[in-house]
Amino acid sequence: MLKSEMKAELVAVLGDAHVRDDTESRVSYSYDATPLYQSMPDGVVFPSTTQEVQSVLRIASKYNTPVIGRGSGSNLSADTVPVNGGLVMVMTRMNRILEIDKENLTATVQPGVYTQALHQAVEKEGLFYPPDPSSMKISTLGGNIAECSGGLRGLKYGTTKDYVLGLEAVLANGEILRTGGKLYKDVAGYDLTKLLIGSEGTLAIITEATLKLIPLPQSRRALVAHFDDLDAAARTVSAIIAAGIIPCTLEFMDRKTIQVVEEYARIGLPQEMDAILLIEQDGPPVLVEQDIQCIHRIAADNGAAHIAIAETEADGSRLLAARRSALSALARLRPTLILEDTTVPRSRIADMVRAINRIAAEYNLEICTFGHAGDGNLHPTFLTDARNQAEIERVEQAFADMVETALQLGGTITGEHGVGMAKAPFLEWQVGKTGIEVMKGIKRAFDPQGILNPGKIFSDRSLPRKGGT
Amino acid sequence: MTQTAPTKAKMVNHNAAASPWNELGRKLALTLDTEELTNCMRCGFCLPACPTYRETGLEAASPRGRIALMKAAHDGWMMPDPAFQQQMDFCLGCRACESACPADVRFGRLLEQSRAAIAEHAPQSQREKGLRKLFLRGLFPHRYRLRLMGATLALYRKTGLHWFVHKSGLARILPLHLRQLDRILPAASSQGVVERIGTVIPAQGKKRGRVGLFRGCIMDVVFADTNENTARLLAAAGYEVVIPPEQTCCGALHAHSGEEGEALELARHNIQTFRQADVDWIASNAGGCGAQLMETSYLLKDDAKWQADAHWFSTRIRDISQLLLAGNPLPLQSLPKRITYQHSCHLQNGMKVAGAPESLIRSIPDATYVDLFEGDRCCGSAGIYNLTHPETSMNILDEKMNHVKETAADILVTTNPGCLLQMKLGIERAGLHDRMEALHLVDLLMQSMKKGENAHERTEKAQ
Repeated sequence: MLKSEMKAELVAVLGDAHVRDDTESRVSYSYDATPLYQSMPDGVVFPSTTQEVQSVLRIASKYNTPVIGRGSGSNLSADTVPVNGGLVMVMTRMNRILEIDKENLTATVQPGVYTQALHQAVEKEGLFYPPDPSSMKISTLGGNIAECSGGLRGLKYGTTKDYVLGLEAVLANGEILRTGGKLYKDVAGYDLTKLLIGSEGTLAIITEATLKLIPLPQSRRALVAHFDDLDAAARTVSAIIAAGIIPCTLEFMDRKTIQVVEEYARIGLPQEMDAILLIEQDGPPVLVEQDIQCIHRIAADNGAAHIAIAETEADGSRLLAARRSALSALARLRPTLILEDTTVPRSRIADMVRAINRIAAEYNLEICTFGHAGDGNLHPTFLTDARNQAEIERVEQAFADMVETALQLGGTITGEHGVGMAKAPFLEWQVGKTGIEVMKGIKRAFDPQGILNPGKIFSDRSLPRKGGT
Repeated sequence: MTQTAPTKAKMVNHNAAASPWNELGRKLALTLDTEELTNCMRCGFCLPACPTYRETGLEAASPRGRIALMKAAHDGWMMPDPAFQQQMDFCLGCRACESACPADVRFGRLLEQSRAAIAEHAPQSQREKGLRKLFLRGLFPHRYRLRLMGATLALYRKTGLHWFVHKSGLARILPLHLRQLDRILPAASSQGVVERIGTVIPAQGKKRGRVGLFRGCIMDVVFADTNENTARLLAAAGYEVVIPPEQTCCGALHAHSGEEGEALELARHNIQTFRQADVDWIASNAGGCGAQLMETSYLLKDDAKWQADAHWFSTRIRDISQLLLAGNPLPLQSLPKRITYQHSCHLQNGMKVAGAPESLIRSIPDATYVDLFEGDRCCGSAGIYNLTHPETSMNILDEKMNHVKETAADILVTTNPGCLLQMKLGIERAGLHDRMEALHLVDLLMQSMKKGENAHERTEKAQ
């Protein structure tokens, strides 16, 4: 529940309907898509303008109350779980596409716009906004920016950070910060735009974004290659890139993932194969055809057991849609899924997959692996049950082991989901003490009171590293 | 990666003083399916599919939110309260979230378990309790009383009372949408399908099997013509049709409004009836009934004595569209109309039937099938939702009618009596009644077939 004076001030700004602290509202904003984390906020607010966001932050500063910005709560790092209570600030009422500028190739949006809604709006104009997290149907652009979401098209087009040109954000004290603009070139001072992208709601609340658009590719074509040997799949990935082809999508699924996705989507995936690669290329039809034929040859040369080219663009879209549902579909096997996004250099994928399989055996756990093979971003997913405490403890140990392995292979603890709470204990392993201190300094500069999304990124729990630093 | 205990929430002590809400909490802890609750991984894929989330933008009004509320009540860190009850009532029960859920969470079951607990324990007004008892226990399961209601409704129209109510201004005391609903109600009939065509109709042409017709309760009073047409179409498609007169209501409205015990009784009765009739399939022509009948086996999962029969029953339920598509081709004749299709939620999300009704429409010679934008979204009828939540129901309906208008169709087809009435109401509200009509799929097919019969008769006469 909110303190009555504070609630009165919030109501004066937002109106009665948009300030809630009843049990029902607090319960329903106590979680996001991350398993194992849940915590009740004191209240929930739904601002509709930048000025309202500003007022809420001023009130929150005055009462020294945490504020957690939230879109659809589809993130997987527990970043929107109000672990220290406070106010959850839901941004979904700020959901307008303010402008699509065809001359400058930009879109200006409010944070609550659904990612897919922007895709649809710009594609109607023959333009393209490539970042496509699997949750794009529901995830909001503000959330994408705060988390620096990746997606299936990251290999060729990059991720969210490559498409944000400018931001409007409100700082913890209620001051409005504007960064960048409709400029492709801009080196005035520190790059605060990039700093806010992926800052996980700990530095400011994003209230508007100017995004870069590119021309919509003329056509797209998908291909699926089946492998009865993991290494053959990994070799194929390397060989495609070595041949100078950058597909827009290059996805990997292991045997178990294939089986489950097939059960859900019924699209004819082979259930007896060790791995498949889903590959899509886009661009002018002639070049797409040329690349797809070349990929076909490379896959065959590298030992693919079967290769099929999608007949139409729609067939290809169906394949990729099925892949996007992989995580949730795995929930048919075990109730709790703990999805990781350890990422390694592309050339080390086979090593990483083998290590994952070794870890699964060692800790007696079930792990399915799928992910963005093209950019080395894997999603090893623990299939477990939150009610089985012993197993959950083994998961934690196995996860630490996996992080260790990824770092040894030159990788990162998180490729696209962010640190949040789930990976906070490992951040120091990757960035070192100095890295942590610099980051904390930045946090203090933006939010001296520490009210913006406390408990995220930085952990009190420092874990000893197995291999030493 | 440690579980954060829900902070600042007091664990509810269900052994404390016995309030109705406390009792409700205990009941939820006992009866909610723990597996289903745990299977929701909160990915949020259900959010865009949910009509009430789209209406409100509130997490609590989404499937993920409602499951979180149920789980909180089940696990004892939230005391169910009037807000909890309202949120469960506010759900349309369209189950679109189930079709959208990659993790295969059966939200409909959780909703019904919650509503059953609410019906048993939450404080209700005497009026509500009385109404529930009157309709769910006193009317739907009783064939004779239903017939009597049909006769009364028919009389209401025939005697001019209907006209009087509208002309005298008496109707003005009703809310607008009820007045409109009264205008579009079809002529009820005291003659159900059995009274009209008997209990066995022989197959025509190559025999495809023996089908038991599930005639429903309201369906057989308000849409008796449709029931008759269903039987005739099945026969034309090569099925021997039996209509066991002992069958009763499917129990869907009971289950949806929490009268679980009554639903169980009805289920046992129907299993016995159709088991004795020795049929290959049981045909349903109402998505709501069909989906409920398919749940029979889950409903009786804890009843060892009935399990095998319940499984037999559940796996034999087919929608009329599936049987017609699999049977002998119907002698359909030219119907040069633009036709669009509004899915019945329970046919699509409950029975998982999509494609068969559209294929049948497409098979009508000279008919043009037009896709309805968001035809797979609930129309807002949802059982008695349009009576309990008129505002939301009408918002959803009016939005739907905008899309219907876009199709410029002559005929809007549905496959469920509730949806059909709602579509007729929508057409009335949108002022489209002189441009288009709403028809049950079965009546549409019969129209196309009868045209042939009439044409045939005409040629015979001419000769």
